[in-house]
Amino acid sequence: MVDRKSLPPVEVARHCHSMRKLIIQTIGTAGMGHIGGDLSVTDILGSLYFHVLQYDPEQPHHPERDRFIMSKGHCAVALYTVMASAGYFPVDELSTFIQPRSRLNGHPCNVKLPGVETSTGPLGHGLPVGVGAAIGAKLQQKSWQVFVVVGDGELQEGSNWEAAMTAAYKQLDNLTLIIDRNRMQQGDHTQDVTSMEPLADRFTAFGWETHEVDGHDHAALINALTAPRTPGMPRCLVAHTIKGNGISFIRDRVEWHHKVPTPEQIEQALAELESTP
Amino acid sequence: MSTATENQVMLHDCRDAFAATLEQLARADERIVTVANDSVGSSKLGSFRKQWPERLVNVGIAEQSLVGVGAGLANSGLIPFVCAASCFLTGRALEQIKADIAYSQANVKLCGISSGVAYGQLGPTHHSIEDLAWTRVLDGLEIFVPVDDVETAQVIRYVADSDRPAFVRLSRMGVPTLMSEDYQFRPGQAPVLRQGNDITLIGCGVTVCRALEAAEQLAQSGIEARVISCTSIAPLDRNTLLSAARETGHLLTLEEHSVRGGMGSAVAELVAQEAPCRMKLLGFESFAPTGAAGWLLDDAGMSVEGIVTSAHALLK
Repeated sequence: MVDRKSLPPVEVARHCHSMRKLIIQTIGTAGMGHIGGDLSVTDILGSLYFHVLQYDPEQPHHPERDRFIMSKGHCAVALYTVMASAGYFPVDELSTFIQPRSRLNGHPCNVKLPGVETSTGPLGHGLPVGVGAAIGAKLQQKSWQVFVVVGDGELQEGSNWEAAMTAAYKQLDNLTLIIDRNRMQQGDHTQDVTSMEPLADRFTAFGWETHEVDGHDHAALINALTAPRTPGMPRCLVAHTIKGNGISFIRDRVEWHHKVPTPEQIEQALAELESTP
Repeated sequence: MSTATENQVMLHDCRDAFAATLEQLARADERIVTVANDSVGSSKLGSFRKQWPERLVNVGIAEQSLVGVGAGLANSGLIPFVCAASCFLTGRALEQIKADIAYSQANVKLCGISSGVAYGQLGPTHHSIEDLAWTRVLDGLEIFVPVDDVETAQVIRYVADSDRPAFVRLSRMGVPTLMSEDYQFRPGQAPVLRQGNDITLIGCGVTVCRALEAAEQLAQSGIEARVISCTSIAPLDRNTLLSAARETGHLLTLEEHSVRGGMGSAVAELVAQEAPCRMKLLGFESFAPTGAAGWLLDDAGMSVEGIVTSAHALLK
Protein backbone atom coordinates (compact mmCIF):
# COMPACT_ATOMS: atom_id res chain seq x y z
CA MET A 1 0.00 0.00 0.00
CA VAL A 2 1.23 3.45 -0.87
CA ASP A 3 1.52 5.57 2.25
CA ARG A 4 2.32 9.16 1.47
CA LYS A 5 2.50 11.86 4.10
CA SER A 6 -0.13 14.58 3.90
CA LEU A 7 1.30 18.07 4.26
CA PRO A 8 -0.59 20.70 6.27
CA PRO A 9 -2.36 23.42 4.27
CA VAL A 10 0.31 26.01 4.99
CA GLU A 11 2.97 23.81 3.41
CA VAL A 12 0.68 22.98 0.50
CA ALA A 13 0.31 26.73 -0.02
CA ARG A 14 4.08 27.11 -0.09
CA HIS A 15 4.36 24.44 -2.77
CA CYS A 16 1.64 26.10 -4.83
CA HIS A 17 3.44 29.42 -4.64
CA SER A 18 6.59 27.78 -6.01
CA MET A 19 4.53 26.03 -8.67
CA ARG A 20 3.18 29.36 -9.90
CA LYS A 21 6.74 30.59 -10.46
CA LEU A 22 7.60 27.40 -12.31
CA ILE A 23 4.50 27.73 -14.47
CA ILE A 24 5.42 31.29 -15.45
CA GLN A 25 9.03 30.30 -16.16
CA THR A 26 8.04 27.20 -18.14
CA ILE A 27 5.57 29.06 -20.33
CA GLY A 28 8.03 31.93 -20.75
CA THR A 29 10.78 29.54 -21.89
CA ALA A 30 8.51 27.58 -24.20
CA GLY A 31 6.64 30.54 -25.63
CA MET A 32 3.46 28.52 -25.36
CA GLY A 33 1.00 27.36 -22.73
CA HIS A 34 -2.43 27.86 -21.27
CA ILE A 35 -1.43 30.27 -18.56
CA GLY A 36 -4.90 31.31 -17.38
CA GLY A 37 -6.14 27.80 -16.67
CA ASP A 38 -2.77 26.66 -15.33
CA LEU A 39 -2.95 29.35 -12.66
CA SER A 40 -6.60 28.70 -11.81
CA VAL A 41 -6.02 24.98 -11.22
CA THR A 42 -2.69 25.28 -9.37
CA ASP A 43 -4.11 25.21 -5.84
CA ILE A 44 -6.40 22.30 -6.67
CA LEU A 45 -3.47 20.26 -7.99
CA GLY A 46 -1.24 21.22 -5.07
CA SER A 47 -3.89 20.19 -2.55
CA LEU A 48 -4.33 16.86 -4.30
CA TYR A 49 -0.65 15.98 -4.75
CA PHE A 50 0.64 17.29 -1.42
CA HIS A 51 -2.18 16.26 0.87
CA VAL A 52 -4.82 13.99 -0.63
CA LEU A 53 -3.43 11.55 -3.21
CA GLN A 54 -1.62 8.35 -2.32
CA TYR A 55 1.13 7.59 -4.83
CA ASP A 56 4.78 6.74 -5.17
CA PRO A 57 6.75 8.63 -7.85
CA GLU A 58 9.29 5.79 -7.81
CA GLN A 59 6.53 3.33 -8.71
CA PRO A 60 4.14 5.33 -10.87
CA HIS A 61 2.19 2.22 -11.86
CA HIS A 62 1.79 0.95 -8.28
CA PRO A 63 -1.52 -0.94 -8.41
CA GLU A 64 -2.74 0.55 -5.12
CA ARG A 65 -2.13 4.19 -6.09
CA ASP A 66 -4.95 6.68 -6.18
CA ARG A 67 -5.83 7.61 -9.74
CA PHE A 68 -5.71 11.27 -10.72
CA ILE A 69 -6.97 12.26 -14.15
CA MET A 70 -6.34 15.74 -15.52
CA SER A 71 -9.19 16.00 -17.98
CA LYS A 72 -8.35 19.60 -18.87
CA GLY A 73 -5.20 18.42 -20.59
CA HIS A 74 -4.42 21.81 -22.12
CA CYS A 75 -3.27 22.83 -18.65
CA ALA A 76 -0.41 20.38 -18.98
CA VAL A 77 2.13 22.85 -17.59
CA ALA A 78 0.28 22.94 -14.28
CA LEU A 79 0.17 19.14 -14.21
CA TYR A 80 3.86 18.78 -15.12
CA THR A 81 4.76 21.36 -12.52
CA VAL A 82 2.98 19.58 -9.69
CA MET A 83 4.33 16.21 -10.84
CA ALA A 84 7.89 17.54 -10.95
CA SER A 85 7.41 19.17 -7.55
CA ALA A 86 6.11 15.86 -6.21
CA GLY A 87 9.15 13.98 -7.48
CA TYR A 88 8.03 12.26 -10.67
CA PHE A 89 10.84 13.89 -12.64
CA PRO A 90 13.44 16.63 -12.08
CA VAL A 91 12.11 20.17 -11.96
CA ASP A 92 14.80 21.13 -14.51
CA GLU A 93 13.04 18.98 -17.10
CA LEU A 94 10.18 21.51 -17.18
CA SER A 95 12.42 23.56 -19.50
CA THR A 96 11.95 20.85 -22.16
CA PHE A 97 8.20 21.51 -22.35
CA ILE A 98 7.12 21.23 -26.03
CA GLN A 99 10.72 21.01 -27.24
CA PRO A 100 11.25 18.56 -30.15
CA ARG A 101 10.63 14.98 -28.95
CA SER A 102 10.16 16.10 -25.36
CA ARG A 103 8.02 13.79 -23.28
CA LEU A 104 6.39 16.93 -21.93
CA ASN A 105 3.93 17.36 -24.79
CA GLY A 106 1.60 20.29 -25.12
CA HIS A 107 -0.98 17.87 -23.75
CA PRO A 108 -0.06 15.05 -21.34
CA CYS A 109 0.64 11.56 -22.68
CA ASN A 110 0.60 8.59 -20.31
CA VAL A 111 2.74 6.44 -22.58
CA LYS A 112 5.55 8.99 -22.54
CA LEU A 113 5.29 10.24 -18.98
CA PRO A 114 4.75 7.67 -16.22
CA GLY A 115 2.40 9.03 -13.58
CA VAL A 116 -0.03 10.42 -16.13
CA GLU A 117 -2.98 8.01 -16.02
CA THR A 118 -4.44 8.60 -19.48
CA SER A 119 -3.61 10.92 -22.35
CA THR A 120 -5.86 13.95 -22.43
CA GLY A 121 -6.25 17.00 -24.60
CA PRO A 122 -9.57 16.66 -26.36
CA LEU A 123 -12.13 17.76 -23.81
CA GLY A 124 -14.71 15.60 -22.08
CA HIS A 125 -12.54 12.48 -21.94
CA GLY A 126 -11.37 12.40 -18.32
CA LEU A 127 -14.60 11.78 -16.45
CA PRO A 128 -15.64 8.65 -18.40
CA VAL A 129 -12.16 7.19 -17.84
CA GLY A 130 -12.40 8.08 -14.15
CA VAL A 131 -15.78 6.41 -13.93
CA GLY A 132 -14.31 3.26 -15.50
CA ALA A 133 -11.41 3.26 -13.05
CA ALA A 134 -13.78 3.74 -10.11
CA ILE A 135 -15.98 0.87 -11.28
CA GLY A 136 -12.83 -1.22 -11.67
CA ALA A 137 -11.77 -0.45 -8.10
CA LYS A 138 -15.19 -1.48 -6.80
CA LEU A 139 -15.18 -4.71 -8.82
CA GLN A 140 -11.80 -5.62 -7.36
CA GLN A 141 -12.67 -4.42 -3.84
CA LYS A 142 -9.82 -1.94 -3.89
CA SER A 143 -9.72 1.00 -1.52
CA TRP A 144 -7.89 3.43 -3.78
CA GLN A 145 -9.73 6.53 -4.90
CA VAL A 146 -10.27 8.25 -8.23
CA PHE A 147 -10.04 12.02 -8.69
CA VAL A 148 -10.80 13.88 -11.91
CA VAL A 149 -10.28 17.59 -12.62
CA VAL A 150 -12.33 19.15 -15.39
CA GLY A 151 -12.56 22.70 -16.59
CA ASP A 152 -15.94 24.35 -16.39
CA GLY A 153 -16.14 25.12 -20.11
CA GLU A 154 -15.28 21.50 -20.73
CA LEU A 155 -18.63 20.52 -19.22
CA GLN A 156 -20.23 21.63 -22.45
CA GLU A 157 -19.03 18.29 -23.85
CA GLY A 158 -21.89 15.80 -23.58
CA SER A 159 -19.62 12.87 -22.71
CA ASN A 160 -19.30 14.32 -19.18
CA TRP A 161 -23.01 14.00 -18.62
CA GLU A 162 -23.07 10.46 -19.98
CA ALA A 163 -20.45 9.57 -17.40
CA ALA A 164 -22.12 11.64 -14.65
CA MET A 165 -25.25 9.53 -15.04
CA THR A 166 -23.31 6.29 -14.86
CA ALA A 167 -21.29 7.43 -11.83
CA ALA A 168 -24.42 8.13 -9.80
CA TYR A 169 -26.21 5.00 -10.96
CA LYS A 170 -23.18 2.86 -10.10
CA GLN A 171 -22.95 4.55 -6.68
CA LEU A 172 -19.31 5.47 -7.13
CA ASP A 173 -18.47 6.83 -3.69
CA ASN A 174 -14.78 6.30 -4.57
CA LEU A 175 -14.92 9.00 -7.26
CA THR A 176 -14.41 12.74 -6.82
CA LEU A 177 -14.87 15.25 -9.60
CA ILE A 178 -13.34 18.69 -9.11
CA ILE A 179 -14.57 21.41 -11.42
CA ASP A 180 -12.11 24.25 -11.95
CA ARG A 181 -14.87 26.84 -12.07
CA ASN A 182 -12.96 29.84 -13.40
CA ARG A 183 -16.03 31.00 -15.37
CA MET A 184 -14.13 31.36 -18.62
CA GLN A 185 -13.40 29.28 -21.66
CA GLN A 186 -11.10 29.91 -24.58
CA GLY A 187 -13.00 32.69 -26.23
CA ASP A 188 -15.36 34.16 -23.68
CA HIS A 189 -17.01 33.92 -20.28
CA THR A 190 -18.93 30.64 -19.99
CA GLN A 191 -21.99 32.70 -19.14
CA ASP A 192 -21.79 34.33 -22.58
CA VAL A 193 -21.31 31.06 -24.48
CA THR A 194 -23.46 28.38 -22.88
CA SER A 195 -24.41 29.03 -19.29
CA MET A 196 -23.19 26.50 -16.74
CA GLU A 197 -25.62 27.57 -14.06
CA PRO A 198 -27.00 26.27 -11.84
CA LEU A 199 -23.89 24.12 -11.96
CA ALA A 200 -23.93 22.60 -8.48
CA ASP A 201 -27.66 21.95 -8.71
CA ARG A 202 -27.15 20.14 -11.98
CA PHE A 203 -24.76 17.65 -10.41
CA THR A 204 -27.01 17.31 -7.38
CA ALA A 205 -29.90 16.54 -9.72
CA PHE A 206 -27.73 13.90 -11.41
CA GLY A 207 -27.34 12.16 -8.04
CA TRP A 208 -23.99 13.52 -6.91
CA GLU A 209 -22.99 14.77 -3.46
CA THR A 210 -22.09 18.31 -4.42
CA HIS A 211 -20.14 21.01 -2.58
CA GLU A 212 -18.99 24.47 -3.50
CA VAL A 213 -15.56 25.49 -2.31
CA ASP A 214 -13.02 28.28 -2.74
CA GLY A 215 -10.60 26.73 -5.20
CA HIS A 216 -7.71 28.84 -3.97
CA ASP A 217 -8.18 28.08 -0.24
CA HIS A 218 -5.98 25.06 0.47
CA ALA A 219 -7.52 24.29 3.84
CA ALA A 220 -11.02 24.44 2.40
CA LEU A 221 -10.03 22.30 -0.59
CA ILE A 222 -8.35 19.70 1.59
CA ASN A 223 -11.31 19.66 3.92
CA ALA A 224 -13.74 19.11 1.09
CA LEU A 225 -11.55 16.50 -0.59
CA THR A 226 -11.06 14.45 2.55
CA ALA A 227 -14.47 14.81 4.25
CA PRO A 228 -16.21 11.52 5.08
CA ARG A 229 -18.06 10.13 2.09
CA THR A 230 -21.77 9.77 1.68
CA PRO A 231 -22.12 6.06 0.99
CA GLY A 232 -23.21 5.34 -2.55
CA MET A 233 -22.67 8.83 -3.96
CA PRO A 234 -19.97 10.23 -6.21
CA ARG A 235 -18.68 13.58 -5.03
CA CYS A 236 -18.50 16.78 -7.02
CA LEU A 237 -16.62 19.84 -5.85
CA VAL A 238 -17.40 23.05 -7.67
CA ALA A 239 -14.11 24.81 -6.96
CA HIS A 240 -14.56 28.52 -7.54
CA THR A 241 -11.35 29.82 -9.00
CA ILE A 242 -9.99 32.82 -10.85
CA LYS A 243 -8.31 32.33 -14.17
CA GLY A 244 -4.73 33.55 -14.05
CA ASN A 245 -4.88 33.81 -10.26
CA GLY A 246 -1.76 35.23 -8.62
CA ILE A 247 -0.63 37.63 -11.35
CA SER A 248 -2.31 41.04 -11.43
CA PHE A 249 -2.32 41.63 -15.17
CA ILE A 250 -3.34 38.08 -16.09
CA ARG A 251 -5.94 37.53 -13.41
CA ASP A 252 -9.56 37.15 -14.49
CA ARG A 253 -9.02 38.19 -18.10
CA VAL A 254 -10.42 36.14 -20.98
CA GLU A 255 -7.59 37.13 -23.32
CA TRP A 256 -5.06 35.30 -21.11
CA HIS A 257 -6.44 31.84 -21.92
CA HIS A 258 -3.29 30.95 -23.82
CA LYS A 259 -1.58 34.25 -24.43
CA VAL A 260 2.16 34.14 -23.83
CA PRO A 261 3.72 36.84 -21.66
CA THR A 262 6.53 38.95 -23.08
CA PRO A 263 9.95 38.68 -21.38
CA GLU A 264 9.14 41.90 -19.53
CA GLN A 265 5.82 40.52 -18.39
CA ILE A 266 7.53 37.34 -17.21
CA GLU A 267 9.83 39.43 -15.08
CA GLN A 268 6.93 41.42 -13.73
CA ALA A 269 4.96 38.25 -12.94
CA LEU A 270 7.90 36.68 -11.13
CA ALA A 271 8.50 39.90 -9.23
CA GLU A 272 4.86 39.96 -8.15
CA LEU A 273 5.17 36.39 -6.90
CA GLU A 274 8.40 37.22 -5.08
CA SER A 275 6.72 40.07 -3.28
CA THR A 276 3.77 37.97 -2.12
CA PRO A 277 4.15 35.49 0.72
CA MET B 1 -25.65 -15.80 -51.73
CA SER B 2 -26.86 -17.06 -55.03
CA THR B 3 -25.42 -20.55 -54.75
CA ALA B 4 -26.47 -23.77 -53.17
CA THR B 5 -24.03 -23.37 -50.28
CA GLU B 6 -26.59 -22.20 -47.79
CA ASN B 7 -28.60 -25.32 -48.30
CA GLN B 8 -25.67 -27.67 -47.95
CA VAL B 9 -23.33 -26.22 -45.35
CA MET B 10 -24.09 -25.25 -41.81
CA LEU B 11 -23.73 -21.50 -41.34
CA HIS B 12 -22.50 -19.91 -38.13
CA ASP B 13 -23.19 -16.56 -36.57
CA CYS B 14 -19.70 -15.63 -35.35
CA ARG B 15 -21.20 -13.81 -32.38
CA ASP B 16 -21.96 -17.22 -30.88
CA ALA B 17 -18.31 -18.25 -30.98
CA PHE B 18 -17.41 -14.80 -29.64
CA ALA B 19 -19.75 -15.09 -26.66
CA ALA B 20 -18.89 -18.71 -25.88
CA THR B 21 -15.15 -18.01 -25.97
CA LEU B 22 -15.50 -14.91 -23.85
CA GLU B 23 -17.40 -16.90 -21.22
CA GLN B 24 -14.75 -19.61 -21.19
CA LEU B 25 -12.05 -17.01 -20.71
CA ALA B 26 -14.04 -15.14 -18.06
CA ARG B 27 -14.47 -18.34 -16.09
CA ALA B 28 -10.71 -18.71 -15.86
CA ASP B 29 -9.73 -15.05 -15.47
CA GLU B 30 -11.62 -12.70 -13.17
CA ARG B 31 -10.03 -9.68 -14.84
CA ILE B 32 -12.18 -10.16 -17.93
CA VAL B 33 -15.18 -7.83 -17.90
CA THR B 34 -17.58 -6.66 -20.57
CA VAL B 35 -18.89 -3.17 -21.26
CA ALA B 36 -22.06 -2.60 -23.23
CA ASN B 37 -24.17 0.30 -24.49
CA ASP B 38 -27.57 -1.33 -23.97
CA SER B 39 -26.35 -3.84 -26.54
CA VAL B 40 -26.43 -6.89 -24.30
CA GLY B 41 -28.69 -8.89 -26.58
CA SER B 42 -27.15 -7.95 -29.90
CA SER B 43 -23.68 -8.58 -28.46
CA LYS B 44 -24.90 -11.99 -27.22
CA LEU B 45 -23.86 -11.11 -23.67
CA GLY B 46 -27.05 -12.38 -22.01
CA SER B 47 -25.42 -15.56 -20.78
CA PHE B 48 -22.35 -13.65 -19.59
CA ARG B 49 -24.60 -11.31 -17.61
CA LYS B 50 -26.47 -14.21 -16.09
CA GLN B 51 -23.24 -15.74 -14.81
CA TRP B 52 -21.42 -12.56 -13.78
CA PRO B 53 -23.92 -9.71 -13.53
CA GLU B 54 -21.44 -7.44 -11.78
CA ARG B 55 -18.82 -7.99 -14.49
CA LEU B 56 -21.05 -6.62 -17.24
CA VAL B 57 -20.97 -2.83 -17.10
CA ASN B 58 -23.90 -1.47 -19.08
CA VAL B 59 -23.39 2.28 -19.43
CA GLY B 60 -26.56 2.73 -21.45
CA ILE B 61 -26.84 4.41 -24.81
CA ALA B 62 -23.70 6.48 -24.40
CA GLU B 63 -20.89 5.43 -26.71
CA GLN B 64 -18.35 8.10 -25.81
CA SER B 65 -18.62 7.15 -22.18
CA LEU B 66 -18.68 3.47 -23.17
CA VAL B 67 -15.18 3.65 -24.61
CA GLY B 68 -13.86 5.97 -21.89
CA VAL B 69 -15.20 3.68 -19.18
CA GLY B 70 -13.45 0.80 -20.95
CA ALA B 71 -10.17 2.72 -20.77
CA GLY B 72 -10.73 3.37 -17.07
CA LEU B 73 -11.48 -0.28 -16.35
CA ALA B 74 -8.23 -1.19 -18.10
CA ASN B 75 -6.42 1.42 -16.01
CA SER B 76 -7.74 -0.30 -12.89
CA GLY B 77 -6.13 -3.59 -13.97
CA LEU B 78 -9.08 -5.30 -15.65
CA ILE B 79 -9.37 -6.60 -19.23
CA PRO B 80 -12.48 -5.00 -20.69
CA PHE B 81 -14.26 -6.19 -23.83
CA VAL B 82 -16.20 -3.16 -25.01
CA CYS B 83 -19.09 -4.37 -27.15
CA ALA B 84 -21.40 -2.32 -29.31
CA ALA B 85 -22.80 -2.18 -32.81
CA SER B 86 -19.77 -1.35 -34.91
CA CYS B 87 -21.40 1.65 -36.58
CA PHE B 88 -21.93 3.42 -33.24
CA LEU B 89 -18.82 2.14 -31.50
CA THR B 90 -16.45 3.40 -34.16
CA GLY B 91 -18.40 6.38 -35.46
CA ARG B 92 -19.76 7.91 -32.28
CA ALA B 93 -16.69 7.26 -30.14
CA LEU B 94 -13.89 7.62 -32.67
CA GLU B 95 -12.08 10.32 -30.72
CA GLN B 96 -12.25 8.21 -27.56
CA ILE B 97 -10.86 5.27 -29.53
CA LYS B 98 -8.04 7.49 -30.75
CA ALA B 99 -7.14 9.29 -27.51
CA ASP B 100 -8.25 7.00 -24.68
CA ILE B 101 -7.47 3.64 -26.29
CA ALA B 102 -4.90 3.82 -29.13
CA TYR B 103 -2.81 6.82 -28.09
CA SER B 104 -3.02 5.92 -24.40
CA GLN B 105 -2.40 2.23 -25.17
CA ALA B 106 -5.24 1.18 -22.88
CA ASN B 107 -5.60 -2.59 -22.75
CA VAL B 108 -9.13 -2.54 -24.16
CA LYS B 109 -10.70 -4.96 -26.64
CA LEU B 110 -13.18 -3.12 -28.85
CA CYS B 111 -15.71 -5.52 -30.31
CA GLY B 112 -17.64 -4.11 -33.24
CA ILE B 113 -20.79 -6.19 -33.45
CA SER B 114 -23.00 -6.46 -36.55
CA SER B 115 -20.44 -4.73 -38.68
CA GLY B 116 -20.57 -4.17 -42.43
CA VAL B 117 -24.09 -4.35 -43.80
CA ALA B 118 -25.38 -6.81 -41.22
CA TYR B 119 -28.18 -4.34 -40.47
CA GLY B 120 -28.91 -4.23 -44.18
CA GLN B 121 -32.56 -3.25 -44.11
CA LEU B 122 -32.01 -0.58 -41.45
CA GLY B 123 -30.15 1.55 -43.95
CA PRO B 124 -26.82 3.37 -44.11
CA THR B 125 -27.10 4.94 -40.64
CA HIS B 126 -26.79 1.42 -39.26
CA HIS B 127 -24.41 0.04 -41.86
CA SER B 128 -20.82 0.00 -40.72
CA ILE B 129 -18.90 0.16 -43.96
CA GLU B 130 -16.55 2.90 -42.77
CA ASP B 131 -15.24 1.33 -39.56
CA LEU B 132 -12.04 -0.15 -40.99
CA ALA B 133 -11.16 3.16 -42.65
CA TRP B 134 -11.70 5.07 -39.41
CA THR B 135 -9.78 2.69 -37.18
CA ARG B 136 -7.08 1.61 -39.61
CA VAL B 137 -5.37 5.00 -39.53
CA LEU B 138 -4.95 4.87 -35.75
CA ASP B 139 -1.47 3.90 -34.68
CA GLY B 140 -1.22 1.27 -31.97
CA LEU B 141 -4.55 -0.45 -32.59
CA GLU B 142 -4.60 -4.03 -33.84
CA ILE B 143 -7.54 -4.80 -36.12
CA PHE B 144 -8.90 -8.25 -36.91
CA VAL B 145 -11.79 -9.45 -39.05
CA PRO B 146 -12.29 -13.14 -38.33
CA VAL B 147 -13.53 -15.30 -41.17
CA ASP B 148 -15.59 -17.90 -39.33
CA ASP B 149 -16.50 -19.35 -35.94
CA VAL B 150 -13.16 -21.12 -35.45
CA GLU B 151 -11.12 -18.04 -36.20
CA THR B 152 -13.42 -15.84 -34.11
CA ALA B 153 -12.70 -18.00 -31.08
CA GLN B 154 -8.98 -17.85 -31.82
CA VAL B 155 -8.97 -14.08 -32.24
CA ILE B 156 -10.86 -13.57 -28.99
CA ARG B 157 -8.37 -15.80 -27.17
CA TYR B 158 -5.46 -13.89 -28.68
CA VAL B 159 -6.76 -10.41 -27.79
CA ALA B 160 -7.62 -11.50 -24.25
CA ASP B 161 -4.08 -12.71 -23.80
CA SER B 162 -2.43 -9.72 -25.45
CA ASP B 163 -1.79 -6.54 -23.47
CA ARG B 164 -2.37 -4.36 -26.53
CA PRO B 165 -5.60 -2.63 -27.55
CA ALA B 166 -7.50 -4.22 -30.42
CA PHE B 167 -10.57 -3.76 -32.57
CA VAL B 168 -12.33 -6.99 -33.52
CA ARG B 169 -14.89 -6.64 -36.28
CA LEU B 170 -17.66 -9.19 -36.02
CA SER B 171 -20.51 -9.79 -38.41
CA ARG B 172 -23.84 -11.47 -37.76
CA MET B 173 -24.19 -12.92 -41.26
CA GLY B 174 -24.03 -16.69 -41.30
CA VAL B 175 -20.73 -18.04 -42.59
CA PRO B 176 -19.50 -21.60 -43.13
CA THR B 177 -16.63 -22.96 -41.08
CA LEU B 178 -13.54 -22.51 -43.23
CA MET B 179 -10.71 -23.07 -40.80
CA SER B 180 -9.71 -26.46 -39.42
CA GLU B 181 -9.99 -27.16 -35.72
CA ASP B 182 -6.22 -27.11 -35.29
CA TYR B 183 -5.86 -23.68 -36.93
CA GLN B 184 -3.78 -21.24 -34.90
CA PHE B 185 -4.47 -17.54 -35.39
CA ARG B 186 -1.54 -15.16 -35.24
CA PRO B 187 -1.65 -11.36 -35.66
CA GLY B 188 -0.13 -10.29 -38.94
CA GLN B 189 -1.01 -13.58 -40.58
CA ALA B 190 -3.30 -13.85 -43.61
CA PRO B 191 -4.28 -17.50 -44.08
CA VAL B 192 -4.06 -18.80 -47.66
CA LEU B 193 -7.17 -20.92 -48.12
CA ARG B 194 -6.61 -21.95 -51.70
CA GLN B 195 -3.49 -22.11 -53.84
CA GLY B 196 -3.33 -20.73 -57.36
CA ASN B 197 -1.01 -18.62 -59.48
CA ASP B 198 -3.23 -16.82 -61.99
CA ILE B 199 -4.97 -14.32 -59.75
CA THR B 200 -5.45 -13.75 -56.00
CA LEU B 201 -8.83 -13.16 -54.43
CA ILE B 202 -8.41 -11.41 -51.06
CA GLY B 203 -11.40 -11.27 -48.78
CA CYS B 204 -12.00 -10.62 -45.11
CA GLY B 205 -14.81 -11.77 -42.88
CA VAL B 206 -18.01 -12.71 -44.70
CA THR B 207 -16.64 -12.27 -48.22
CA VAL B 208 -14.04 -15.05 -48.00
CA CYS B 209 -16.48 -17.91 -48.47
CA ARG B 210 -17.75 -16.17 -51.61
CA ALA B 211 -14.18 -15.84 -52.88
CA LEU B 212 -13.65 -19.58 -52.40
CA GLU B 213 -16.75 -20.39 -54.42
CA ALA B 214 -15.72 -17.96 -57.13
CA ALA B 215 -12.30 -19.63 -57.25
CA GLU B 216 -13.96 -22.98 -57.91
CA GLN B 217 -15.94 -21.48 -60.78
CA LEU B 218 -12.85 -19.80 -62.20
CA ALA B 219 -11.07 -23.17 -62.09
CA GLN B 220 -13.68 -24.54 -64.44
CA SER B 221 -12.46 -22.08 -67.06
CA GLY B 222 -8.84 -22.92 -66.37
CA ILE B 223 -8.03 -20.02 -64.04
CA GLU B 224 -6.39 -21.02 -60.78
CA ALA B 225 -7.13 -18.39 -58.13
CA ARG B 226 -5.30 -18.08 -54.87
CA VAL B 227 -7.64 -17.17 -52.01
CA ILE B 228 -6.45 -15.27 -48.96
CA SER B 229 -8.31 -14.25 -45.85
CA CYS B 230 -6.94 -10.88 -44.80
CA THR B 231 -8.03 -11.43 -41.21
CA SER B 232 -5.34 -9.23 -39.77
CA ILE B 233 -5.93 -5.73 -41.11
CA ALA B 234 -3.42 -4.25 -38.68
CA PRO B 235 -0.77 -5.50 -38.74
CA LEU B 236 -0.95 -6.69 -42.34
CA ASP B 237 0.68 -9.92 -43.47
CA ARG B 238 3.19 -8.25 -45.75
CA ASN B 239 4.90 -11.41 -46.93
CA THR B 240 1.77 -13.29 -47.93
CA LEU B 241 0.27 -10.27 -49.68
CA LEU B 242 3.44 -9.26 -51.51
CA SER B 243 4.07 -12.87 -52.58
CA ALA B 244 0.56 -13.00 -53.98
CA ALA B 245 1.16 -9.77 -55.91
CA ARG B 246 4.46 -10.99 -57.33
CA GLU B 247 3.39 -14.55 -58.07
CA THR B 248 -0.10 -13.99 -59.44
CA GLY B 249 0.20 -10.42 -60.76
CA HIS B 250 -3.51 -9.74 -60.24
CA LEU B 251 -5.22 -8.93 -56.94
CA LEU B 252 -8.97 -8.72 -56.51
CA THR B 253 -10.04 -7.58 -53.06
CA LEU B 254 -13.58 -7.97 -51.76
CA GLU B 255 -14.89 -6.61 -48.52
CA GLU B 256 -18.07 -5.75 -46.68
CA HIS B 257 -16.85 -2.18 -46.45
CA SER B 258 -16.46 0.97 -48.48
CA VAL B 259 -13.89 0.66 -51.27
CA ARG B 260 -12.33 3.77 -49.79
CA GLY B 261 -10.02 3.19 -46.86
CA GLY B 262 -10.76 -0.43 -46.02
CA MET B 263 -8.92 -3.72 -46.43
CA GLY B 264 -8.54 -3.30 -50.19
CA SER B 265 -7.01 0.14 -49.67
CA ALA B 266 -4.62 -1.30 -47.09
CA VAL B 267 -3.48 -3.97 -49.55
CA ALA B 268 -3.21 -1.39 -52.34
CA GLU B 269 -1.05 0.90 -50.21
CA LEU B 270 1.34 -1.95 -49.57
CA VAL B 271 1.41 -3.40 -53.07
CA ALA B 272 1.63 -0.07 -54.89
CA GLN B 273 4.83 0.73 -53.02
CA GLU B 274 6.53 -2.64 -53.00
CA ALA B 275 5.16 -4.93 -55.72
CA PRO B 276 2.87 -3.04 -58.10
CA CYS B 277 0.46 -5.25 -60.00
CA ARG B 278 -3.02 -5.09 -61.46
CA MET B 279 -5.70 -4.60 -58.82
CA LYS B 280 -9.42 -4.21 -58.51
CA LEU B 281 -11.19 -3.34 -55.26
CA LEU B 282 -14.71 -4.66 -54.73
CA GLY B 283 -16.83 -3.21 -51.96
CA PHE B 284 -19.37 -0.46 -51.49
CA GLU B 285 -18.84 2.58 -53.66
CA SER B 286 -21.56 4.70 -52.06
CA PHE B 287 -24.02 4.54 -49.18
CA ALA B 288 -25.62 1.16 -49.76
CA PRO B 289 -29.28 0.82 -50.61
CA THR B 290 -31.68 -0.90 -48.25
CA GLY B 291 -31.86 -4.67 -48.44
CA ALA B 292 -30.81 -7.87 -46.75
CA ALA B 293 -27.08 -8.18 -46.12
CA GLY B 294 -26.53 -10.99 -48.63
CA TRP B 295 -28.39 -9.13 -51.33
CA LEU B 296 -26.38 -5.99 -50.64
CA LEU B 297 -23.14 -7.88 -51.16
CA ASP B 298 -24.53 -9.27 -54.42
CA ASP B 299 -25.67 -5.81 -55.46
CA ALA B 300 -22.20 -4.39 -54.84
CA GLY B 301 -20.69 -6.90 -57.25
CA MET B 302 -19.74 -9.51 -54.67
CA SER B 303 -22.07 -12.33 -55.65
CA VAL B 304 -20.07 -15.36 -56.74
CA GLU B 305 -20.92 -14.52 -60.35
CA GLY B 306 -19.98 -10.89 -59.80
CA ILE B 307 -16.59 -11.88 -58.37
CA VAL B 308 -15.98 -14.23 -61.31
CA THR B 309 -16.88 -11.48 -63.77
CA SER B 310 -14.53 -9.02 -62.05
CA ALA B 311 -11.75 -11.62 -62.05
CA HIS B 312 -12.12 -12.19 -65.78
CA ALA B 313 -12.12 -8.44 -66.41
CA LEU B 314 -8.97 -7.99 -64.34
CA LEU B 315 -7.20 -10.76 -66.21
CA LYS B 316 -8.01 -9.32 -69.66
